[in-house]
Amino acid sequence: MKYKFTYKHFLISIVTSLMCISQSVVAKPEISGEIGVEGRFFKDSPLDSRQQGNNLSLYFKPEFFWKSKEKPWTVTFSPFIRVDESDSKRTHGDIRELVFHHAGKKWEYKVGITKVYWGVTESQHLVDIINQTDAIESIDGEEKLGQPMINLIFKQKWGTTELFLLPYFRKRTFTGVQGRLRPSPPIDASQTRYESSAEENNLDFAIRWSRTVGIWDIGLSHFSGTSRIPRFTFGADINGQAVLLPYYDQIDQTGLDLQATAGSWLWKLEVISRNSQFESYNALTAGFEYTKTGIFKSKKDLGYLVEFLYDDRNDPRVTPFERDVFLGLRLAFNDVQSTEVLTGVIIDDDSDERSYFLELSRRLGKSFKLSVEARIISNPEATSLLYPLRRDNYIQLQLIRYF
Amino acid sequence: MKKHLSILLMLTLAPLASYGGPAEKKGMEIAKKADAADNGWKDLSSSMVMTLKDQHNRVVTRAIRNKTMEVPGDGDKSLIVYDAPPDLKGTAFLSFTHVNKPDDQWLYLKSLKRVKRISSNNKSGPFMGSEFSYEDISSPELDKYEYKYIKDEKVNGVDSYKVEQIPTYKYSGYEKIITWYNKSTYRPEKQVFYDRKGSKLKTLKFIQYKKYLGKFYRPDKMYMVNHLSGKTTTLIYKNYKFRNNYTDSDFDVNALKRAR
Repeated sequence: MKYKFTYKHFLISIVTSLMCISQSVVAKPEISGEIGVEGRFFKDSPLDSRQQGNNLSLYFKPEFFWKSKEKPWTVTFSPFIRVDESDSKRTHGDIRELVFHHAGKKWEYKVGITKVYWGVTESQHLVDIINQTDAIESIDGEEKLGQPMINLIFKQKWGTTELFLLPYFRKRTFTGVQGRLRPSPPIDASQTRYESSAEENNLDFAIRWSRTVGIWDIGLSHFSGTSRIPRFTFGADINGQAVLLPYYDQIDQTGLDLQATAGSWLWKLEVISRNSQFESYNALTAGFEYTKTGIFKSKKDLGYLVEFLYDDRNDPRVTPFERDVFLGLRLAFNDVQSTEVLTGVIIDDDSDERSYFLELSRRLGKSFKLSVEARIISNPEATSLLYPLRRDNYIQLQLIRYF
Repeated sequence: MKKHLSILLMLTLAPLASYGGPAEKKGMEIAKKADAADNGWKDLSSSMVMTLKDQHNRVVTRAIRNKTMEVPGDGDKSLIVYDAPPDLKGTAFLSFTHVNKPDDQWLYLKSLKRVKRISSNNKSGPFMGSEFSYEDISSPELDKYEYKYIKDEKVNGVDSYKVEQIPTYKYSGYEKIITWYNKSTYRPEKQVFYDRKGSKLKTLKFIQYKKYLGKFYRPDKMYMVNHLSGKTTTLIYKNYKFRNNYTDSDFDVNALKRAR
């Protein structure tokens, strides 16, 4: 009998070992977390009559944290659940973190489910590859699914070297048929296919070296395994309706991230080179962030962000950022409520396509935060990946309670 | 020739200008003694509650934990973890203060698990929305100021030296700082900050110094008033703990990521 190590097995083994550890170390966890309500309001009626209009949604993300009194151990458990009014796929849950972390002087290790972030740029995150995007959460790709891993961290004079063993692949989440902000036809994740015969049990590897030298922060990384970004083929769902079917390649990706911090200037670069049996390509994001502090004799800081986005496949059907420029402004009020505004536009060099966004956040009282987000896509080309979103310009209000 | 002459003049006069007269010399001596008196504490951890009050007496609080380590021949290394407000819980801030180059600063955003190296030109910016700016909370290195002794003066009943400090580092929000050093302990009792326009901006009082390890003084409380806005910030320190055997690895990006 062939034994198949599945995600469920992985989870069960982590949970049991963590429970043993946390029982023996300390009994009482530190509890924190957030609960949020979100309303999305769309300007236009949907492209597809099956899609819904304005939408209300709720999420809950508690965090339990155990810390050993004597040993350098911690355990973190953070489940996540969202309930969505109109999209049954967006009603979903995830284990964002369930991780045991041991931190010695010379080396550290983590076992379990957690999140890792690599990179320096703001407009897109090319180098960041460990965690799958929880794409159904937000269109900007900033939300991630928890990734099962064994992570070893070696701390040396010449830099930090990290090794990652990634035993289980997380499928990208996609907006369901009824949801907005999705491609047309919709994606049917139940018919996901893989290049690897092990499918989601393919063992992925990654290594990263990083170091700070003076004004420079340098990171070099390599990933070998299942691509976090699917390619799509046309197909049909069980009702015979047209759908897109995700397919995950085996890839090798080498990445470099670099930042120079010089006075008011942050110079940023991310470059990747990716190879699979289907394609080889290079992509980069390069730019700067310049911050002027105390503008107009106030306490406010104003940051100017400029980034150039390039992908040498030069194909708008596979990336919206084949040759684009991102211009942004970040206004930090530095007030008691931590009011912040970030606004910007991504300009496509070959067409009139423009993608605008505005993000505003402000603390209310002691433990609430209000955030406003708006996105507008104007003049997308018919071949562009953003074309199916042309009627999905929206404004979103979110109220979060932290505890 | 004229140009050469003026350079020659500048070269001869420059030392005079910077070391100046007896007031400058005495100011520097006091600052040196103050610096020496607080040398050799190695490392320190503490927790702090910050109370911010606006002109309408509305109050908000912040809570942080702080680790600091002395670096011989340079500024201190420090790691701050935010506990409150709850939306910032787990956010952490790492900074290396330097004497003759810009400080290094990193911010850890817990929800994104992202470390951001940030510009240290925010010196005059408010720390967590308070009346303390980043330069007020960073370590007071000797060579970051020029000094001038003004006079002996009693402040809060304590015999003190009144010394004018002029920041020599970039991006300072101050034209000058007047510091009253306690004559016996050399700790600052009071500071008055003047903004770039020369207006009296803020007054800081150090309250209830306690002695640790037989020679190092730390205040239980610091009280800052902004004279222009009427806002105040009170810092209450707790759990001062010296000599935790910290090393560089307690103050790097890896430590920042796991700080909480």
